[in-house]
Amino acid sequence: MMMTNPFSRESFHRVLTTKEYHGMERLPTFSKGGVHPDDKKALSNNQAIQRLPVPSELVLPLSQHLGAPASPLKQKGDMVVAGEKIGKASSFISADVHCPVNGTITDLRKVVLANSVVTDAFVITPDASNPLGEWPEQPYDALSPEELLAIVKDMGVVGTGGATFPTHVKLSVPKGRTVDALVVNGVECEPYLTADHRLMLEETERVLRGIMIVAKITGPKRIIIGVENNKKDAIAMLRQEIARLGFPITVMALRVKYPQGDEKQLLKATIKREIPSGKLPLDVGAVVLNVGTSFAIYEAVAMRKPLIDRVVTISGEAMKEKKNLRVLLGSKVADLIAFAGGLDHEPDKFISGGPMMGFAFHDDQIPVIKGTSGILALDKEPSAKAPTTPCISCGRCVAACPMGLQPTKLYRLIEHREYERAMAMNLMDCKECGCCSYSCPAHLPLVHGMKLGKRLGRK
Amino acid sequence: MDVPKTIVSSSPHLHARSSTASIMWDVSIALAPAALWGVYVFGLRALAVLLVSIASSVLVEYLLNRFSKESTLADGSAFLTGLLIGMNMPPDAAFAVPVIASAFAMFVVKWTFGGLGANWINPALAGRVFVFFSFTGLMNTYRLPRTLGSVDALGSASMLTEMKLAIGEGTVGQLSSAGILASLDYPFTSFAGSVSSWFQEVLGITLSPYTVDAFFGNISGCIGEVSAFLLLAGAAYLFIRKVITWQIPVTFLATFSLLAWIFGGVRNGLGLFQGDFVLQLFSGGMILGAFFMATDMVTSPTTSKGMLIFGAGIGFFAFLLRYFGSLPESVSLAIIVMNIFVPTIDRYILPKRFGEVIVEPKKKEAKA
Repeated sequence: MMMTNPFSRESFHRVLTTKEYHGMERLPTFSKGGVHPDDKKALSNNQAIQRLPVPSELVLPLSQHLGAPASPLKQKGDMVVAGEKIGKASSFISADVHCPVNGTITDLRKVVLANSVVTDAFVITPDASNPLGEWPEQPYDALSPEELLAIVKDMGVVGTGGATFPTHVKLSVPKGRTVDALVVNGVECEPYLTADHRLMLEETERVLRGIMIVAKITGPKRIIIGVENNKKDAIAMLRQEIARLGFPITVMALRVKYPQGDEKQLLKATIKREIPSGKLPLDVGAVVLNVGTSFAIYEAVAMRKPLIDRVVTISGEAMKEKKNLRVLLGSKVADLIAFAGGLDHEPDKFISGGPMMGFAFHDDQIPVIKGTSGILALDKEPSAKAPTTPCISCGRCVAACPMGLQPTKLYRLIEHREYERAMAMNLMDCKECGCCSYSCPAHLPLVHGMKLGKRLGRK
Repeated sequence: MDVPKTIVSSSPHLHARSSTASIMWDVSIALAPAALWGVYVFGLRALAVLLVSIASSVLVEYLLNRFSKESTLADGSAFLTGLLIGMNMPPDAAFAVPVIASAFAMFVVKWTFGGLGANWINPALAGRVFVFFSFTGLMNTYRLPRTLGSVDALGSASMLTEMKLAIGEGTVGQLSSAGILASLDYPFTSFAGSVSSWFQEVLGITLSPYTVDAFFGNISGCIGEVSAFLLLAGAAYLFIRKVITWQIPVTFLATFSLLAWIFGGVRNGLGLFQGDFVLQLFSGGMILGAFFMATDMVTSPTTSKGMLIFGAGIGFFAFLLRYFGSLPESVSLAIIVMNIFVPTIDRYILPKRFGEVIVEPKKKEAKA
């Protein structure tokens, strides 16, 4: 049985951190629920972005986004060039897939991704002498919003924050709707992850130009970038560059609180609007976009470069070196770990994404896809699981739930297979952010229960 | 395939590092100073009562564990229940009394309803109330603390009982609570006397020496409830550790104080807005109940709004029972009464959902 020593250094540290969060400045944040995990960003936030060398083999899945998988345009044995479209969006909510390198398709086979999705994937052997393509910058000022949107769609851009929603769908504002606010998500509230942070610091101008392209497409009345206050250097850099370029963009420093990077919490924190249950940001006149996505949009429009690489944070206590890597999509996790000097010691868990919502995986041959924001090797200590004990109705999950749900009641209903009653208590509002499980002293797998209940309740 | 043996499990992969056991032991730690004060002022006999209570609670839990083939001793809940029962005993309670209270709490109230998390009233309170009504005489015999008189001064009644009796006999007319105690020649420490006069002279505030004594624990009463000061220090520790939240204790004490201030003077013949609620707050089981009993997670509502209603309800019943009940015992009964309402509160008082309010108006706006 786990016992916490109240006089331990950790306990002391936790008190101080909390004080710091509620410190002198009252920065805006969302009002309901949320938790304050130790952000662990210091492990990797001073590591400049490095490029991962082209691996000897790429595994490029056709389903790297939310929605229907792309349909393959090539087959085994075909020669491909970098940037060539090799998978075509198969429905409205779907996205094109492009080849990251010059090379040969050696196989088309089933792979399992970190989130347990099974999908077809091209296996590509890069050309040894000249694997990479070149994308010179070209003028784009004369393009109309429709042409810009067509380019974004054609370049296979999806949200890089993790949900991987096809960006062209998000930016297609229906006729008669107006966009009041374009809110750019630079929150990166998941602990450990620093990919967006580094992007804001090192590619500030391109990120900002990407945002202005989106502004041209959607025509918002105001543009806001929300950044949590644990990235003060990024906030300063963004403000400096905005002033230099003369863009009509406001940078809002936000109080550090998880899950602020969720679009619902972000809109509440920045423009003080609540997206109604089951609705989208557009229903409150907002478009939400990640900074990583803005960067991808800039590259798509100004360089006609498809989304073929992204920045991935390599971190976690068990990783020898912590890094932020620019990685070709399809690179295997093992290649990333090897480039970061390998493992320091055997980890307790491998995580794809952040530790709050990311997926634990066991196979280091899985590929990096459009939504992979981090690869973490966590020690037993932070991810330790005490044995579960009965619910003592402490109400911490209720207090922590940013959606105002009652996880304890939902969990009990799901345990008793009362899926319909759980649905009636708004189970579908749950977005699996993990605040309930994080704060549960009985260590109940509440989020796991919600996922199960949603899946079985839909039937 | 050279793959490390890693764990695959559902997110989240981090935890706040608290556990049921850490909560229970935190509460026990927070109670310790007040319990030790009780041992200091009432003597080793009080320590014996505490130890008997804890030992019997843990033993009953152990026997029940043997029967149901599980192991729940390490979660600290049996120890905490035993400690709370001991702290709610008069220092001279016969040893059988805490044993009976512990057995009733652990077996009838907790185990038969399904163990930890399933009981619907606080086991320690139920145990205390059970023996209180079974052995009313024994449970109402206190001794004066070491700081007020000799340790052997047995048979003293608590401050509240003295007041209640005096008012019941009608021997006092138009006196405040402190006035009644003074007319009875109830003792107070010289320290309290000097604090009281300092308040009067320097700050111009009338503060009765009895209130000062009650605050620091120089009154007769149960072992663990006398020192409001040390209990508040323990409560502060629980706030810092985020084990308890402000909702229940604050609404409870605020409701009680408000009612006691408005109506408390009536029974003394003083009229409205004359009640001496400060003395009431620091005497009896008020502070112990507000911060350590009412906040019991299992038997209090889960929502913030529910907690406010729950706290206010306890304040109301505690006032009614303390001022107009036939026994001075009030806080434990008030908490138990509200414990019974908890399932109802949890059923009808729901948290405000994110995005629930603006669904309809937005739709209409869009159509218009």
